[in-house]
Amino acid sequence: MRVVHHPILGDLPKVQQVRIWVDGKEITARKGEPIAAAIAAAGIKIHRYTTKREEPRGVFCSIGQCTDCVMIVNGVPNVRTCITPVTEGITVETQHGAGRGGR
Amino acid sequence: MREVDLAVVGAGPAGLTAAIEGTKRGCRTVVLDMNPRPGGQLIKQIHKFFGSREHRAGTRGIEIADSLFHEAASAGVEVMVEAEVYAIHDSTLEVVAQTNEDSLVLLSEEATTSRSRPLSIAARRIILATGGAENALNFAGWTLPGIMGAGAAQTMINLWRVLPGKKILMVGAGNVGLIISYQLIQAGGEMVAVIEATSRIGGYGVHAAKISRAGVPILTSHTIVSASGESRVERAVIAKVDASWRIVSGSEQELEVDTICIAVGLHPNARLASLAGCELCYSPGLGGWVPIHNSRMETTVSGIYIAGDLSGVEEASTALEEGRLAGICAAASLGKERAGDHDEIKAIEGRLLGLRSGPFCQHRQDAKQELIGIGEAQCPKQ
Repeated sequence: MRVVHHPILGDLPKVQQVRIWVDGKEITARKGEPIAAAIAAAGIKIHRYTTKREEPRGVFCSIGQCTDCVMIVNGVPNVRTCITPVTEGITVETQHGAGRGGR
Repeated sequence: MREVDLAVVGAGPAGLTAAIEGTKRGCRTVVLDMNPRPGGQLIKQIHKFFGSREHRAGTRGIEIADSLFHEAASAGVEVMVEAEVYAIHDSTLEVVAQTNEDSLVLLSEEATTSRSRPLSIAARRIILATGGAENALNFAGWTLPGIMGAGAAQTMINLWRVLPGKKILMVGAGNVGLIISYQLIQAGGEMVAVIEATSRIGGYGVHAAKISRAGVPILTSHTIVSASGESRVERAVIAKVDASWRIVSGSEQELEVDTICIAVGLHPNARLASLAGCELCYSPGLGGWVPIHNSRMETTVSGIYIAGDLSGVEEASTALEEGRLAGICAAASLGKERAGDHDEIKAIEGRLLGLRSGPFCQHRQDAKQELIGIGEAQCPKQ
């Protein structure tokens, strides 16, 4: 959910929109924001499933430290979505284990 | 290979002040930061800071970040964003950077390109200011999506303007837990409760009062027992703990929440320092494993300095001062001193002592003294 109005920061500034594809679904994102923010705004919480027990994982640290939020971006696995900005037309996929070819 | 006098890793408060002081003394300086924007964690601190006037009390963190950018830009500091240092060897930093050519981005707010490429930078001196990271908390269900660091939620709401959930439980009533609970309310979230395992609220009364006035219960002597849900958090079980930290049976209660924020402290992010060969020591007062350093902020590896939360988890104000100290000392070791540097160092040390005094902070001064004592014995002599 977007924070549109804010008592300190004011109204959400208008920025250029970009389209990204998450597991085949089109999502509108704000230019410059990280992938994790765009998909959280779309209500998506699961970024990946662990290798051995296939447990779901989402965002934990949001600042590129913990690697819990990695996904497959444009075919590249293990991309930290919390510090990787969206760009027009990128594809993002839920990652299983270490990603394609890594299991 | 690009050659610089001073390479600073991390463009937060410590890294930027270090780079400002180095640049002012004639060091060719570059700052590298893996994030799309400089400023470290200051850029999500929308509350007014406490302390003395010289540490900008009453000013919001985001405003401190702005004035720091201004100071860095007028000093001519170069900052490369989306540039991650993954190795340091023989005074060379190995970097993966999202850049075209060797062009450096001067405090850019914009991500540059989507193409990453490796880059080597030879630096005569290195200052690591890699900050801290939030501690996790182990309980049943602790890995479910929807459980995140309190700082992670703060990043989402204040920087990216996305509310991670609607009904939120905060674990930890120190300043981080209290301040972020209030900011989650400001962003439109509903705080179901703030729980704290110790018997008293750890943060400042003024922050606790704000969320109490908003009707949020702060439950001391309470811990989280478990979180559960179908592939994401749907509920949490909390319970009372007794004086010996055992759960009081029968006191369990279930809360319907979709987000659990963990505010149980931070630790120094010492991975790069460790990779570079800096010796670490364990300091509970400073948040965990921390690189050993001397009073000039130099580590056990000659020419590598540290500053900010990496050298012990403290406040942004402390990081600003330590960064200045590291920048001045690193420049001095290259023969780039300014008249008055000796007095400047004494003044910084005095301000640091002030920041580490009082009932909330004296333990940090004690821990720092102990660490510097080890550093004076083990780090290279000037």
